[in-house]
Amino acid sequence: MEWEPVIGLEIHAQLATKSKIFSGAATAYGAEPNTQACAVDLGLPGVLPVLNAGVVRMAVKFGLATHSTVAQRSIFARKNYFYPDLPKGYQISQFELPIVYDGYLDIEPEEGSTKRIGITRAHLEEDAGKSLHEDFHGMTGIDLNRAGTPLLEIVSEPDMRSAREAVAYMKKLHTLVRYLDICDGNMQEGSFRCDANVSIRRKGEHRFGTRAEIKNINSFRFVEKAINYEIERQIDVLESGGAVVQETRLYDANRDETRSMRSKEEANDYRYFPDPDLLPLELDEGLIDEVAGSLPELPDAKKQRFVEQYELSAYDAGVLTATREMADFYEAVVAGCGGKGKLAANWVMGEFSGALNKAGFEVTDSPISAAQLGGLLQRIDDGTISGKIAKQVFEAMWDGEGDADRVIEKKGLKQITDPAAIEAVIREVLEQNPRQLEQYRNGQDKLFGFFVGQVMKASQGKANPAEVNQLLRQMLKG
Amino acid sequence: MHNKTVSELAAGLRAGDFSSEELTHAMLDRIAALDGKLNSFITMTREPALAAARDADSLLARGEGGPLTGIPYAHKDIYCTRGVRTSCGSRMLDRFIAPYDATVTAKLEAAGAVMLGKTNMDEFAMGSSNETSYYGPVRNPWDQDRVPGGSSGGSAAAVAARLAPFATGTDTGGSIRQPAALCGITGIKPTYGRVSRYGMIAFASSLDQGGPFTRSAEDAALVLGAMAGFDERDSTSVDRPVDDYVAQLGNGLRGMRIGLPREYFGEGINSGVAQVLDAAIEALRQLGAEPVEVSLPNAALAVPAYYVVAPAECSSNLSRYDGVRFGYRCDDPRDLEDLYKRSRGEGFGSEVKRRIMIGTYALSAGYYDAYYLKAQRARRLIADDFRRVLQEVDVIAGPTSPTVAFRLGEKVDDPVTMYLSDIYTIAVNLAGLPGMSIPAGFSEDMPVGMQLIGNYFEEARLLNLAHQYQQVTDWHLRVPPGLE
Amino acid sequence: MMLDPSEVENIAHLARLSIDAADRDTYARNLSAILAFVEQLNSIDTSGVLPMAHPLDTPQRLRPDEVTETNQRDQFQAHAPKVEAGLYLVPKVIE
Repeated sequence: MEWEPVIGLEIHAQLATKSKIFSGAATAYGAEPNTQACAVDLGLPGVLPVLNAGVVRMAVKFGLATHSTVAQRSIFARKNYFYPDLPKGYQISQFELPIVYDGYLDIEPEEGSTKRIGITRAHLEEDAGKSLHEDFHGMTGIDLNRAGTPLLEIVSEPDMRSAREAVAYMKKLHTLVRYLDICDGNMQEGSFRCDANVSIRRKGEHRFGTRAEIKNINSFRFVEKAINYEIERQIDVLESGGAVVQETRLYDANRDETRSMRSKEEANDYRYFPDPDLLPLELDEGLIDEVAGSLPELPDAKKQRFVEQYELSAYDAGVLTATREMADFYEAVVAGCGGKGKLAANWVMGEFSGALNKAGFEVTDSPISAAQLGGLLQRIDDGTISGKIAKQVFEAMWDGEGDADRVIEKKGLKQITDPAAIEAVIREVLEQNPRQLEQYRNGQDKLFGFFVGQVMKASQGKANPAEVNQLLRQMLKG
Repeated sequence: MHNKTVSELAAGLRAGDFSSEELTHAMLDRIAALDGKLNSFITMTREPALAAARDADSLLARGEGGPLTGIPYAHKDIYCTRGVRTSCGSRMLDRFIAPYDATVTAKLEAAGAVMLGKTNMDEFAMGSSNETSYYGPVRNPWDQDRVPGGSSGGSAAAVAARLAPFATGTDTGGSIRQPAALCGITGIKPTYGRVSRYGMIAFASSLDQGGPFTRSAEDAALVLGAMAGFDERDSTSVDRPVDDYVAQLGNGLRGMRIGLPREYFGEGINSGVAQVLDAAIEALRQLGAEPVEVSLPNAALAVPAYYVVAPAECSSNLSRYDGVRFGYRCDDPRDLEDLYKRSRGEGFGSEVKRRIMIGTYALSAGYYDAYYLKAQRARRLIADDFRRVLQEVDVIAGPTSPTVAFRLGEKVDDPVTMYLSDIYTIAVNLAGLPGMSIPAGFSEDMPVGMQLIGNYFEEARLLNLAHQYQQVTDWHLRVPPGLE
Repeated sequence: MMLDPSEVENIAHLARLSIDAADRDTYARNLSAILAFVEQLNSIDTSGVLPMAHPLDTPQRLRPDEVTETNQRDQFQAHAPKVEAGLYLVPKVIE
């Protein structure tokens, strides 16, 4: 029996506006409880919502970047249910007429293969507050700072057929929203949340099986594990003659399993209807054109350009365009070293990224500027220092000792290229190692490396390796 | 002083005949003496009122201020007032001290008006008789065994009894116009979107509008001018300059075409009411207006449509009353479910619960199309009827209420009969048009009101017509017996 | 449309309203009467008529993305039913 998983993802991206979707309260993360919940957010008697222009622009940006239709007219609807973190007893969302629909995202689940994942719709809604269950002697504490934060709910078609595809899609979406500057993608802080709808059917079957919804998975790794677990679980259920229950489940990372959510068992009747406190949102061509004009170069286009312009492999281009900050940094480094794309790629992906990771920094936290790194690479390229010495210089620069030239000067790290000087070092090394010299001259070619090492050591690494090679060969001949 | 109109009082204050403090004192004393029987106030704000009056006096002494500076008024307890209880006539908000001012509250304060207190009303504005208030019914100053109308019963009674020269109300299905008619005073509900709803506790968002109660059209023009205006905080507020309503009061009525819908004057209309209306129309004809018979074929759909749409919207608007962040919370809730159910079950009265349940039902799965959507389609038919008719005529006239004020307790147990009290007023809210009620005579010794309906944003025309009518009649000057 | 008491229970539950058992029948009766009354709407043909959600024909206005509200937690919580450490307290929610 061949089973085929069918997966759709619903992603809630918090839009990175300064103020909330329907009120002028701040959206900054981490404030003291209820200090960023104004009267409108609290749902006090008599308050009314007014829509944030920045939110609309961000949604339009998203629609344009995903080849979607941006609705000229969309409606806000109330989703009615009772929960303490939902102050009004309804969430303002969009139901029948969302602002964006019918788009797609192309993903690369494996290198070389692409797949198109449909985006059914992306709609605007307000976030709820937070519940804190500990520390209140049997009660739950409600913080409404988050209530009213703008969300873009992005719903995919059930086009994914494996956890891997799901993760590829989620990552692509994550990169895109950050490129567009509409969401900071911080999964720990809850700015990017994923629900997965998973079902199983027999391969070749057209109808969909019953699906289970796995809620609130907040890392790529957990999404993969949760989906894989769920696929197995559903296969087990079906193969043992049972039926999959349509339900909501939570992923438990500690046990690596999904569990049914007790409280959401009853089907909710949300009684959607158009919110009478808001009017239909109408977007004119002018706004859409303006947003289109402000779109940055998107990840796919940038990656392609890097491959062509800097002659990089698709993989390298992919790594360097993972975030806009990294891509911009890279290009500035290239400019700073006179256009050496591959050299810059090696260093940015290698030493630089290594240092960032070790320090737990983002690109924007780097103590070395792109221009400075470019300057260092320039000195490798023009032979002032060797690649190996450059690593030393880099470390010193990272520690704040100034730019490349300064460090090289201060530490006297200039490469030795004068043949006479190198010859002198070689002569000394040969004199000090007569046994190896004889062995080499008797045919032990492998000792060449030994001599190179000794010369480099004697010159504190500063001798130009190519010259050392050339002169050493000559002088070893005798 | 209590018999003077707003414009007379303004003149008196400006002339120095009396001070705002004296005037406010007089009103407060009168309320203390007479309101025990009427129960038109829930909360009195004596000290703040006197302080505001003194401030007004300083302003007036400097020759500053406007037409409402120093004028006392009664404020419907549906408008949020910072630092003052705002109960909406409900146990749910009995202890709710509003932390902010409604826009209307702020505007009247900025205009220098002096708030005497918050008036009684049907609970959450749901009612046509002011009998559903947690604070007890309000009595009609003309006959204390009868209702004043609702939901703004307290405000209407206060103005009719001369306890305040003007009062504020809200109107969702007739809650300004019907009490105005039953209490023999002037009340106007402007075009939807003319007055800000921010801070005006919501009942049915697409129907609610705020407006004034006064004893003359001239006063209504003054007060509406201060209440109206665009508000950024209300997405349904219309960005359109406020007309100078006073300036147009003096226009002649010659040639004004007045539509009389045959559906309003058909069989079943109370004969006393019909007689009063006939005389009123005749008076308008004498003034040069041209009565024309018109038809609103879908008129009968108004009350059924309203009793789907309004409950649907209110069922959602009232979900925020859950005992969590403000308002009534039940004692010792066992769990969350119990907290919600008992806070709401105990905090709300039965009419409110009925409407919440109707609304919930109408929006629920399987019923949305049959009820809610159907009602909204009927709504469009009703609005289109008006649109068509208002292309032929300038104003539509008819009775405001099918009967004079009924007795307390008479309709309380029969919701549908109660709902039919609004048969003439409801359609106007569904369409969003401006509507006004002015005193037009008496039947059974009780006031009868004439309703005037205008086209969108033509409040000035309505006020003009009403003012001209009030120049040649004196119904609006009559005083309830014993309250002179 | 006649509602029986159990349907009234369902609706009351959806709306989170407690209804005394003694009142259930009265509510059922009253609600049924209201529903019967509004069912007059079924007598008209509304096919092809667009539902009217609003008297206004204007589109939604947008406000600039700016922080305009300050922290007023103390004022808002001054009369809250149950507050601790700045949080609103409710009976424990089990997830």
